[in-house]
Amino acid sequence: MSRAVTNRAGFTTAMGLVIEREIMVRLKSKAFMISTILSIVILGVLVGVSGALPSLFSSTDRVAVTSASAQAVAGIDDIEPVDVDDANEARTLVTAEEVEAAVVESPDSPTGLAVLSLRSAPESLIASLSLTPEVELLDPDAPDPTLTSFIGLGLGLVFFMAAMTFGNTIASSVVEEKQSRIVEILLASTSARVLMFGKVIACTILAFAQIGLTAVAVMTGAAISGNDLVLGKVAEPIAWFVPLFVVGFVMVAALYAAAASMVSRPEDLASTSMPIMMLIFLPYMGVIIFSSNEAVMAVLSYIPFSAAVAVPMRVFLGTIEWWEPLVSLAVLIITTLLALLLATRIFEGSILRSGPKLSWGQALKSSS
Amino acid sequence: MITLENINRSFGDKQVLHDLSFSIGDGRMTGFVGSNGSGKTTTMRILLGVLTADSGTITVDGAPITADHRSAIGYMPEERGLYPKMPIIDQLVYLARFHGLSRQAAKARGLELLEQLELGGEPTDTLESVSLGNQQKVQIAAALIHDPQVLVLDEPFSGLDPAAVERTLDVLSSFAASGAPVLFSSHQLDLVERLVDDLVIINEGRLVAAGTAGELRRQRSLPEWTLHTDSDLGWVREMPDVSVVELDGNWVRFTAPDPTAAEAVLRRALTVSTVSSFAPHTVALNRLFQEVTQS
Repeated sequence: MSRAVTNRAGFTTAMGLVIEREIMVRLKSKAFMISTILSIVILGVLVGVSGALPSLFSSTDRVAVTSASAQAVAGIDDIEPVDVDDANEARTLVTAEEVEAAVVESPDSPTGLAVLSLRSAPESLIASLSLTPEVELLDPDAPDPTLTSFIGLGLGLVFFMAAMTFGNTIASSVVEEKQSRIVEILLASTSARVLMFGKVIACTILAFAQIGLTAVAVMTGAAISGNDLVLGKVAEPIAWFVPLFVVGFVMVAALYAAAASMVSRPEDLASTSMPIMMLIFLPYMGVIIFSSNEAVMAVLSYIPFSAAVAVPMRVFLGTIEWWEPLVSLAVLIITTLLALLLATRIFEGSILRSGPKLSWGQALKSSS
Repeated sequence: MITLENINRSFGDKQVLHDLSFSIGDGRMTGFVGSNGSGKTTTMRILLGVLTADSGTITVDGAPITADHRSAIGYMPEERGLYPKMPIIDQLVYLARFHGLSRQAAKARGLELLEQLELGGEPTDTLESVSLGNQQKVQIAAALIHDPQVLVLDEPFSGLDPAAVERTLDVLSSFAASGAPVLFSSHQLDLVERLVDDLVIINEGRLVAAGTAGELRRQRSLPEWTLHTDSDLGWVREMPDVSVVELDGNWVRFTAPDPTAAEAVLRRALTVSTVSSFAPHTVALNRLFQEVTQS
């Protein structure tokens, strides 16, 4: 047997190995691939057909018209005119429910027309035949409140789901190595830091790939349906969401890795990861509940766990100064570095400890 | 030759290793013996660099141990494990690459090892899908995958069936025969006795004895003899310098400070009865272990 040259792999090489394995394991996992592909396809299709949605739920109404009223009805969407000779014949057809409504001449009406219907007349018909006051839009580009809360909900959901899903992915990968004891073999050939950083980076890449693909699917869907709402106005908020999300995600992933290193069995994971879940969940709820309260939103945009959602919302609303997202990002980066430091210490101190789970306090104490 | 000198280590307030020093010789099987909680696993982890010592030094052929030295150690932890859901060959390649092997070299070496160990199953099977005996073979392959120059095994025989014990023994002895140091801990003293060249016995984190099994026997106990004749041997109790350890009618086991005293017993026996056997008695390692840990 030839004697191979053995040289311990360096920090980056070893971390590359961990990243590669973590990613390959997920890519080979049917559950991961199926859920990813399904969510991407469903979202893309939803946005793609959203333009055509109203027509799916509308139906064409038959409306009786006389020769005098035919002119008024012509060109109204979803109306199929049925020519009748006079108002009496129209009345008969409506009563017999052969048509939804009838439009006849009426000298008493300001529009000169009357609509006959059995119980209720088609709204599009009424709207088209009504007199409309003149409308002048003073600021057509002002943020739409529906769209604002939609952005908050949407970005919040993306952040929340990614943090939860991939947080749990990284946690179960740590517990698997700890429970199967392979971690001891790995630590004999590399450092705990390499293992933790490798996992955090791998999960960040996976999360981003998944979200990126979803975004591509949504954009494609929007382009197909001609929905410029998705494409146009949210570009800047999303440009801020991306860096805030990446940094915030690294922070959450590192904390999850630390939480997982404190337990020896998957059953105990829920209790140590609960505080992190709360840290993600509460600010997220705050962003949704207080989306119209400027003062609260300003505070939330500096809290590392809610910045990724609060900052893009304020950018969209135009209530943020140009420098504020930068400060928010700086705060988040500093917090993330501290979280990485803390997580590394806990991870190094706890990863070889077997037996009952440690609390965050115990883990910190034993690592110092 | 790997030498540990004055290793100390505490966990919190509890000191688990006290000035522990011993050597592992090249080409020698060194048995590491001690009761549960005596610090064997901690010592091995410190040797591997998985844990750091609070104080003390480890040298390889006189020079301080380096990361590359440690990378050349094949390690099997006590509670073993690999990735249950990962294909066997993939995890061997993964582990080997931490030691600087290329993917191709690691794969070739992994397949070669699995064939040598007669793995029952395909290298592409997941670990959890093969039998426990086969999982054990994979574990051995994992310790040998990077062609280590030293082997450190924590309780390599615990939980193994007799066939697996023999297989592991074969691997260990052929490895040591190639001139490499092998350190392994075990509770199964009968196995250790059969196998080891050197013994290191620790108790509560302190070294209590180190050396070859023969040396330890000479150090710790008076030599013993057994005598079997066709008549009652109660008279042996009255012989000078001799003390009876065990007496059963026509059979006796006794200690004597030197062979002359023992021969005096034999001579007397020859005059009063017919001797069917007389021989020096080897103290079982079990007793040696009890003696050194309880004294």
